[in-house]
Amino acid sequence: MKCVKTTLKGWREIPEGGTIMEPGSSVNFDVTAWRTSSPVIDQNKCTKCGMCFLYCPDSAIEIDDAGNYRVNLSYCKGCGICAKGCAPKAITMVKEGH
Amino acid sequence: MGRRVGISGNYAVAYAVKMADVDMIAAYPITPQTTIVEKLSEFVANGELDASYMNVESEHSAISACVGASLTGARVFTATSSQGLALMHEILFMASGLRTPIVMANVNRALSAPLNIWNDHSDAMAQRDAGWIQLWVRSAQEGFDTTIEAFKIAEETRLPVMVNMDGYIVSHMYEPVELPDEEEVRKFIPSKPLENRVSTKTAYATGVVGPPEYYYEMKYQAIDAIEKSRLKIKEIDREFNSRFGRNYSEIEAYGMDGADAALIVMGSIFGSAKEVANSLREEGKKVGVISLRLFRPFPAEEIRSALKGIKAVGVVDRATTPGGFGNPLYNEIAAALYDMQERPTLQGFVAGLGGRDITQDDFRTMYNATESAAKKGAGRCIYVGLRE
Repeated sequence: MKCVKTTLKGWREIPEGGTIMEPGSSVNFDVTAWRTSSPVIDQNKCTKCGMCFLYCPDSAIEIDDAGNYRVNLSYCKGCGICAKGCAPKAITMVKEGH
Repeated sequence: MGRRVGISGNYAVAYAVKMADVDMIAAYPITPQTTIVEKLSEFVANGELDASYMNVESEHSAISACVGASLTGARVFTATSSQGLALMHEILFMASGLRTPIVMANVNRALSAPLNIWNDHSDAMAQRDAGWIQLWVRSAQEGFDTTIEAFKIAEETRLPVMVNMDGYIVSHMYEPVELPDEEEVRKFIPSKPLENRVSTKTAYATGVVGPPEYYYEMKYQAIDAIEKSRLKIKEIDREFNSRFGRNYSEIEAYGMDGADAALIVMGSIFGSAKEVANSLREEGKKVGVISLRLFRPFPAEEIRSALKGIKAVGVVDRATTPGGFGNPLYNEIAAALYDMQERPTLQGFVAGLGGRDITQDDFRTMYNATESAAKKGAGRCIYVGLRE
């Protein structure tokens, strides 16, 4: 899924009281700026057990057409749970900007 | 054609809430609660009012329940006082931020310590930045009328409204009150479902996170709403007058024609202030008094125009801002007058804390000190009636 970055709304455009009337609107919310490090998956070590996919609290792990696990960085907050839960230690957390 | 009854200020508010046909009332029934909600529980119990009545475990829960019920589009009410209002503090900001048109009666009493349940304005003043409209009444009749108006103001501005009434002096005083026919009240405030409310039919998320990218804009919405409520309140006062024949406005001026010095007061002490102004006028002193009925939004324009040509103004605070330059009402007035071309000298007073009576002599002291401030300039705040 591709994150659609929406332009920030002005105060006149926001529904009264900040109410959200459409379901599933969190797909529009890019959390890139929250992250200080990001998961890098070594596809050679990956056994495709799917633990990272199950554990990720933000559903940022996706499976591509070839069946490989990939991180959608738009939704990854860099918590590192995927790396902790990876049995073959195929995921390493790499500091951003290094 | 209505009827005239002898009831307390508390009961006047309860009758207004009953006639407003509220859907839900939440309250915590222990000191410092008042007989407002006791009377309402009676109305619900004997079938005179078809509403859901929730006895909750604290004032924090009472206002939380009101926010939840209001979000479903229900017309809701709660009453509190003193420590009860203080306990509601954090939820008061949520009520205005979520734009829930809650009406709350607050019977003004002091805050502890020392423990004191007598009348002053400490409770409401401590909540003045919560984004609520604040109306202040001076009699049981005004308590009734203002509560009726409060429902209309709240629902048309989508903001919560606090109706403030002096503890004991008004709340427990029995006075003649004109109660209009319930039908007339319903015509003035018809129950109508509010839009964009929680329902089982549509997806809806409220109480959402406002990250740094959005908090500012969401907060500004509520600031803009309370600014715009000024016009709405004027309109509703006019409509109330045409329907019920009683005229209310943001401020009330008394004896201001040709006055040199004036006091500014809030709440029930307006009566004594007028009486002492009369005696002083008979003695040849040119004094007047202004009473504020609206505190939020603050009626700065109205005050500025009422004070044109006045040499000195004395502001009577019944609450304090310890360590501040002035006290709550003084500071508001000072800010409102600052950009006047020729502004009056401003003398601050504190009086009537924790239920201490403000006597006629105290008013004389304040009028005289204000007059002398016109000649010699004002000093720091005078604590009237304080024992050395």
